[in-house]
Amino acid sequence: MTKAVEEIQRHTIAVLVDNESGVLARVIGLFSGRGYNIESLTVAEVDSHDKLSRITIVTSGTAMIIEQIKNQLRRLVPVHKVHDLTIEGPHVARELALIKVVAGGEKRVESLRIADIFRARAIDSTNESFVFEVVGSTEKVDAFINLMEPLGLADVSRTGVVAIARGPNPI
Amino acid sequence: MAHHDTLTGAEILLKALVDQGVEVIFGYPGGAVLPIYDELFKQNRLRHVLVRHEQAAVHAAEGYARSTGKVGCVLVTSGPGATNAVTGLADALCDSVPLVCLTGQVPTHLIGNDAFQEADITGITRPCTKHNYLVKDVADLARTVHEAFHVARSGRPGPVLVDLPKDVIQNKGEYQAPSKVKSKYKPQVKGDLKAIEKAVEMIAHAKRPIFYVGGGVVNSGPAACQLLTQFVRMTGYPCTLTLMGLGAFPGSDPLFLGMLGMHGTVEANMAMHDCDLMINIGARFDDRVTGRVNGFSPNSKKIHVDIDPSSINKNVVVDLSVVGDCAHVLEDMIKVWKAKQCRVNEKALKEWWKAIDEWRAMDCLAFENSNKLIKPQYAIQRIYELTRHRNPYICTEVGQHQMWAAQHLKFDLPHHWLTSGGLGTMGYGMPAAMGVQMAHPEALVIDIAGESSIQMNIQEIATLVQHRLPVKVVILNNQYMGMVRQWQELIHGGRYSESHMNHHPDFVKLAEAFGAVGLRAEKPSEVDGVIKEMMAVDRPVIVEMRTDASENVFPMIMPGMAHNEMVLGPEDKSRDKSGSEEDGMVLV
Ligand SMILES: Cc1cc2nc3c(=O)[nH]c(=O)nc-3n(C[C@H](O)[C@H](O)[C@H](O)COP(=O)(O)OP(=O)(O)OC[C@H]3O[C@@H](n4cnc5c(N)ncnc54)[C@H](O)[C@@H]3O)c2cc1C
Ligand SMILES: Cc1ncc(C[n+]2csc(CCOP(=O)(O)OP(=O)(O)O)c2C)c(N)n1
Ligand SMILES: [Mg+2]
Repeated sequence: MTKAVEEIQRHTIAVLVDNESGVLARVIGLFSGRGYNIESLTVAEVDSHDKLSRITIVTSGTAMIIEQIKNQLRRLVPVHKVHDLTIEGPHVARELALIKVVAGGEKRVESLRIADIFRARAIDSTNESFVFEVVGSTEKVDAFINLMEPLGLADVSRTGVVAIARGPNPI
Repeated sequence: MAHHDTLTGAEILLKALVDQGVEVIFGYPGGAVLPIYDELFKQNRLRHVLVRHEQAAVHAAEGYARSTGKVGCVLVTSGPGATNAVTGLADALCDSVPLVCLTGQVPTHLIGNDAFQEADITGITRPCTKHNYLVKDVADLARTVHEAFHVARSGRPGPVLVDLPKDVIQNKGEYQAPSKVKSKYKPQVKGDLKAIEKAVEMIAHAKRPIFYVGGGVVNSGPAACQLLTQFVRMTGYPCTLTLMGLGAFPGSDPLFLGMLGMHGTVEANMAMHDCDLMINIGARFDDRVTGRVNGFSPNSKKIHVDIDPSSINKNVVVDLSVVGDCAHVLEDMIKVWKAKQCRVNEKALKEWWKAIDEWRAMDCLAFENSNKLIKPQYAIQRIYELTRHRNPYICTEVGQHQMWAAQHLKFDLPHHWLTSGGLGTMGYGMPAAMGVQMAHPEALVIDIAGESSIQMNIQEIATLVQHRLPVKVVILNNQYMGMVRQWQELIHGGRYSESHMNHHPDFVKLAEAFGAVGLRAEKPSEVDGVIKEMMAVDRPVIVEMRTDASENVFPMIMPGMAHNEMVLGPEDKSRDKSGSEEDGMVLV
């Protein structure tokens, strides 16, 4: 096998499933049972009529492992569609994070200034704290959190990645 | 519509089973399923086989399913009834056996309360079933049962569990016929024609080809086995079968090289190693077959036909894959072969067979017979010779006896060989034989057993006696967990840690205590006699043959080694070298 095949790569996979009890446990159990990575996983119902949920999974592995992951997902009975957004063409991926910063004086002002640069909104504020809402790529959210760290970062809640293909076609 | 709600859940369930073609249920009652047992009592379309342990119910259903091609059906109670069934479900998943297992559950309002005999069986069995359901409303019951059967038998078959809370089977609801239920589960059965054409072209141009065929062809059914046989014979190429594939191609055909893999023949393994084209039909490159993956058939192109895309490129990267049912794909391959008037490369093929015949001439399954001790291989050969005219169904337990049976029996018909391959479950054979005998009352059904394995489900002799199932169990008693002892001898310096049982029951008396017939052979000269006697009796028979305790199974590919590095027998010095445990077959 060549080096390229052995290389570990990150993939974002969109999975359309029946929104029934146990389906998330099946997906997560598949990853833990077979030793695959989950970097992030998000899920919510996207079609209330047909009762479908969309799961976005960010995972990593060799090309052979990624192929296995997709085939194993397709094998689950309540799974209808599996799309590897990373290889199927351009896509957009976003995360939302809520970030609590506890600070006063200079640091408080500085956190607001940086939030402005990141187009993060303060959605809660007290005399000693802010909760910022930031949306963007994982890298952007990471960068924002890193900058908040010395300014009084107190709490972080992230959604994980949601992603969708660019252009007119649905999955 | 209230006036339709005339049936209880239990009545709906039984109606659904009948409509799904179920004739026999293997089961064991308990509180949570009493309403179902009450309905069973009132009817006579469904027969019920009362096992002595729920694990055996599942293996029996496996035996029934694998010998008929139908879906096997199991009914057990909640809690311990359901957890006892887990090993059987895991076994059926590994070997792709279609089953529906119905489990009782505490009433819906008690679920999650640690109620009496509550177990989260859908949680427990999620990784060891193909799919499972918890029915929360009687309105969903009929649909769910129909879908469960559909999922069990479609695509790559497997076990499906349906958990039935007690209130759901007691409440009243409406029945829906199978025709009213549409399932979204539709695996691909037709193979891509372009890929098939490419495959046929590769097959026609091969110089050193081999068909490597597995359980998928048996799963697919008798038609697939016939098409495979036809195609292999059209090409004149050699064919090897996995443990699960035995019977898919006639064992007595000269094109058959025997089983491959860890205990496969020299000719099969060497041909796999040296081939230039491997045609895998319905086999899954199991680690018992490949040996060390980076030494596996290093110079061949590989074609893989499989209904399950996740089997493809899982262990071994292939050059061409066709996703589809074997029967459909083989049919298309034959059509394309004929349409294109393909011809094989006769000259190259002749050379190839010459090489194969040289490997064959090594006669790797030969053994030194004895007139004092019963050699296990001899016992199996005698069973074969004396029973073959009755086309017996052969089940096995797990261990050395299983491997000798695979090596020395020839199967000309599919669905007559039942063994636990993927999970390797000791205690599989006798209950599986029960299931086979239920499906084929007139047939000769034999379980070839080891004295250790048989004790894992020995209680089932009572089931055989109660249901008048004349199964023949032949125990090859070598006093050891022979397969474990063999590994300890060859890999662990002869330290026989806990592989010797210094006490065994008197199997003859044991058989009699259960109401079965017990027979024993202690010398080679007695072997034929007990086999004939066992066949003459129309009752369950337990035969104990005292066999040579020191015999090992050869050839053997040691853990971490490749196909061309087989150990051929006790004198073979290469037996001392065993490769890295990480990259090979590491489990007994
Ligand atoms: C003690 C012991 C020793 C063993 N030694 C050996 C040995 O030496 N050699 C050996 O071969 N095995 C051996 N085994 C068995 C081994 O562990 C595996 O169970 C076996 O090799 C798997 O067989 P298979 O590849 O045919 O796959 P199966 O488990 O039969 O799987 C079938 C494959 O076919 C596919 N399939 C199913 N239905 C269809 C269909 N309709 N159409 C197309 N494809 C389909 C499935 O998706 C799957 O990929 C041993 C087991 C034990 C317990
Ligand atoms: C349930 C279970 N436990 C343990 C094992 C590991 N194991 C594989 S073969 C074997 C020994 C089988 O002994 P026996 O039935 O006497 O058969 P023999 O090898 O002697 O022919 C054991 C313990 C297994 N396969 N299944
Ligand atoms: Mg033994």
